[in-house]
Amino acid sequence: MSKQKYKWVGTRPDRPDGADKVTGRARFGADFNMPGQLVGKVLRSPHAHAIIKSIDTSAAEKLPGVKAVVTAKDFPEQPNLIVPTGEMQVNLRDITRNVMAREKALYESHPVAAVAATTDAIANAALALIKVEYQVLPHVIDVAEAMKDGAPLLHDNLITEGVKPVPTKPSNIAKRIDNVKGDTDAGFKQAEIVVERDYTTQPVHQGYIEPHACLASMAEDGQVQIWSTTQGHFQVRGFCSRLLNIETSQIRVTPTEIGGGFGGKTVVYLEPVAVMLSKKSGKPVKMVMSRDEVFRASGPAPGGTVHVKIGAKKDGTIVAAECTIALQAGAFPGSPVGPACWTSFACYDIPNIKVIGYDVVSNRPKVAAYRAPGAPISAWGVESTMDILAQELRMDPIDLRLKNAAKKGTKTSYGPVFDTIGFVETLEAAKKSEHYKSKPKPGMARGVAAGFWFNVGADSSAAAHVAEDGTVTIISGNPDIGGSRASLALMAAEELGVDYDKVRPVIADTSSIGFNFVTGGSRVTFATGLAVVNSVRDLIRECKVRAAKTWGVDPDGVIWENGCAKPAGSNVGEFEPLSLAQLAATAGKTGGPINGHNQLNAQGAGPGFGVHIVDLKVDRDTGIVEIGRYTALQDVGTAIHPSYVEGQMQGGAVQGIGWALNEEYIYSAKGKLDNAGFLDYRMPVASDLPMIETVIVEVANPHHPYGVRGVGEVPIVPPLATVGNAIARATGVRMTDLPMSPPRLSAALDAATPRMAAE
Amino acid sequence: MTDISYSSPKTIDEAVAAMVAAKGAGRILAGGTDLLVQLRAGFVKPGSIIVDIKKIAEMTSIEDKGGGSFKVGAAVTGMQLHDHPTFKKAWPGVLEAINLIGSKQIQGRASAGGNLCNASPAADSVPALVAAGATVTVQGPKGRREVAVEKIPAGPGRMTLEPGEIVVSFTLPARPAGSSDAYLRLIPRTEMDIAVVGCGVNLTMKGGICTAARVGLGAVAPTVLLVEAAAKALIGSKLDANALEAAAAACRAVCKPIDDKRGTIVYRTKIAGVLLKRATAIAAERAAKN
Repeated sequence: MSKQKYKWVGTRPDRPDGADKVTGRARFGADFNMPGQLVGKVLRSPHAHAIIKSIDTSAAEKLPGVKAVVTAKDFPEQPNLIVPTGEMQVNLRDITRNVMAREKALYESHPVAAVAATTDAIANAALALIKVEYQVLPHVIDVAEAMKDGAPLLHDNLITEGVKPVPTKPSNIAKRIDNVKGDTDAGFKQAEIVVERDYTTQPVHQGYIEPHACLASMAEDGQVQIWSTTQGHFQVRGFCSRLLNIETSQIRVTPTEIGGGFGGKTVVYLEPVAVMLSKKSGKPVKMVMSRDEVFRASGPAPGGTVHVKIGAKKDGTIVAAECTIALQAGAFPGSPVGPACWTSFACYDIPNIKVIGYDVVSNRPKVAAYRAPGAPISAWGVESTMDILAQELRMDPIDLRLKNAAKKGTKTSYGPVFDTIGFVETLEAAKKSEHYKSKPKPGMARGVAAGFWFNVGADSSAAAHVAEDGTVTIISGNPDIGGSRASLALMAAEELGVDYDKVRPVIADTSSIGFNFVTGGSRVTFATGLAVVNSVRDLIRECKVRAAKTWGVDPDGVIWENGCAKPAGSNVGEFEPLSLAQLAATAGKTGGPINGHNQLNAQGAGPGFGVHIVDLKVDRDTGIVEIGRYTALQDVGTAIHPSYVEGQMQGGAVQGIGWALNEEYIYSAKGKLDNAGFLDYRMPVASDLPMIETVIVEVANPHHPYGVRGVGEVPIVPPLATVGNAIARATGVRMTDLPMSPPRLSAALDAATPRMAAE
Repeated sequence: MTDISYSSPKTIDEAVAAMVAAKGAGRILAGGTDLLVQLRAGFVKPGSIIVDIKKIAEMTSIEDKGGGSFKVGAAVTGMQLHDHPTFKKAWPGVLEAINLIGSKQIQGRASAGGNLCNASPAADSVPALVAAGATVTVQGPKGRREVAVEKIPAGPGRMTLEPGEIVVSFTLPARPAGSSDAYLRLIPRTEMDIAVVGCGVNLTMKGGICTAARVGLGAVAPTVLLVEAAAKALIGSKLDANALEAAAAACRAVCKPIDDKRGTIVYRTKIAGVLLKRATAIAAERAAKN
């Protein structure tokens, strides 16, 4: 275990940002203010789908206290160009329309105008004075409905990609993707048992507690400053630069502390609007969304339909598997249907796989990334079907998965061959766990499911600076959404051979460190961690040069050990070790300040696998599910700070349980969201769940000096089917539609077992 | 745009006068757990006159009148009642219903009077108070009157109170030995939620026979319902399966719910029967100890 191998890696010190957060000193998105700032507010469409015939802002502009009004006319047209944002992709032509509607309003609460005024009340009054003439169009909310012939069309120019021959007519299907390995027709002929089912899921919101917020200021010389709660301040800079035609280096974005993101804060909503309002008014502009706006116009993760067919031999060997997935993209193309397809059967070594995906637009807010985007949806279908297969074969569900588990050398359906992975080890840990070995308590039934996520690497920059007294600052550029500052400091301390509290990590603004890709894809501890380790190694190299100068020896004759430069051997000479503090004290004479730097495009992110186990009870009269015990197991490579690794596993599990049991968007017949708040958008509350137990499995990633794999996303993949599988085993009723909320489960139980409703 | 005025009268007469003077723009402030949220959300229109009743002794006190009878001021908080030495033993169902309003923090502020006057069909305290046979003392420009609690709500957000009238207190009746009550609600979560169905049951048992019963049902119609047919099915029975099913059927029969974000018509109707049976069982168990 890591505890013996390392001094700091694998320990659990307090997080560097902890004291500020528990004492209220930490400043979040809405906590930044500037003298003379204005309040920015957005006017939103009351219709799910409507042509914007005209917008008259004249009365609003005349209202005393109103300093600027903007509409789509203020934002330049953008090319039809796709750019990455986190694990998702967006089209610039679409994103400028999502920030501010142009020809049409495509979902309820789509922004159509914005104002900046001296007070909140004046801004609200100004919004009421803006006259928008709409021509209301028929709308479509559901993904299956949106795919039908004759469905209301969102985009007149949307021709389905990936289909041959190329369709001649537009539709709501933006793209079809095909993902084939082997020959499933031949494979199914060898099958002795075939299980086939249809599943649906509902869109879910990321549910971050902190609403989107920013403060933007454009000075008379054209320089822009932005404070924003975001997972990617470099992306905020990039989007503002592109959408507003401002040179990138003119914009400086400072990330605030972030009150949750989960993928939902990798895109821009307010920032370009705030900058434009600031430009027009000449004043700083602050914008903060209400919870209602967050629900109606940001996120969510898509809902979708999943068709799964799995064929196996009687001994459990899977010979063929097919899956068809259609995901809601929201108002603009770009759902995570790709990852949904690629992850679907990634847990298993199956010779013949066929996966088809559809990206479908409908009159809902444009989807954003949410923890392992797309993967929980396909896993809901695949892992439920695996459980049915296990039941029909009378096999232990873990044994069935072990029999088919992907290993080093397994070729995935989407191309790559796995290097060292830990799925088998995670399944074996599940089987050996105290939870799995014990019987469920009376009245409880058990469910098991697995999940996979790629994890990503990508661009990171980092620097390490030695202060005058020999303490160290680690500078990186990824907002800390899961304890990454602590992990980066631990790895730096380990490399340097100094104490954790001698290393202070900071997250620099866009002008103070090189480019960093978003905090997303479970990449920060891996990729930015690698950049930090390399920057510390660069710093150590420099320290050795300085020691060599001090001693008058060759730098190759100096080694770094326990935080000190030492002679490599007695042949170099007899010198007392030089500590960082000593080297810093004489730095002026040996070459100036001592710093290290690194920038990279990190390759070799280690895929992650998780296995979850639940014991639960179903109240047959009410359909209410009580979670009795829940264990999440995961291969994390190496747990740099085990507490924050466990926190990620617990948080992902809880979000997945909410997705399984209660979370859904409820739309009225007019296409308006009925449950835009935490009261009726039912995420789990603390009293709903027991403490989520965790088992960390460590199969080191060979492509990272400490063996790190991404951690944050895998744990949301298994819970949906874990819960569904337990419900099926508790009641004999297999639920295929999410959420398995009390009314739905109760109706399914009553349909399966006709009896007096209240017996 | 924040021209909202505030007064905190010391007597009910002053409070009534303030409400009359407000000419319909008056809003009573007790714990403020609904009103302050509405103010922040902009639902309370400019020009409102806030009348804070927390400085009026009669509205913030609890009086144990003996024999199970209590007078509870309309602004008495959930926590005050929770900590009262004798109330819980007498009216456990009413107490558990009032203590379900919001979170622990909300309990320090929220009152049964506010819960009633918010006029939500899903108010937790109301079905229990209806089952208890509580009456409400109302004071207005024409003086005082006593009203059965179920007569106060007129529909979602609407009350039968006359202009200027204020709910002053609740009176819970004396009951014979062998009596108790219970309240159950169904929510999809375990807390921080609003009743999909709420059911209060108040029973008197003598020699294993139910001699008196009242049933209140919430969130299944525009107002909380007093289900007399359900009570009738229980009275005279040993609370056997047939009697319980007859009472449950009576509850299902009076349901006129809607499909909304909190539940379906089918589900709410079914759950009304389920909760009746479960709440009756709890009330009977408690009654056996009284």
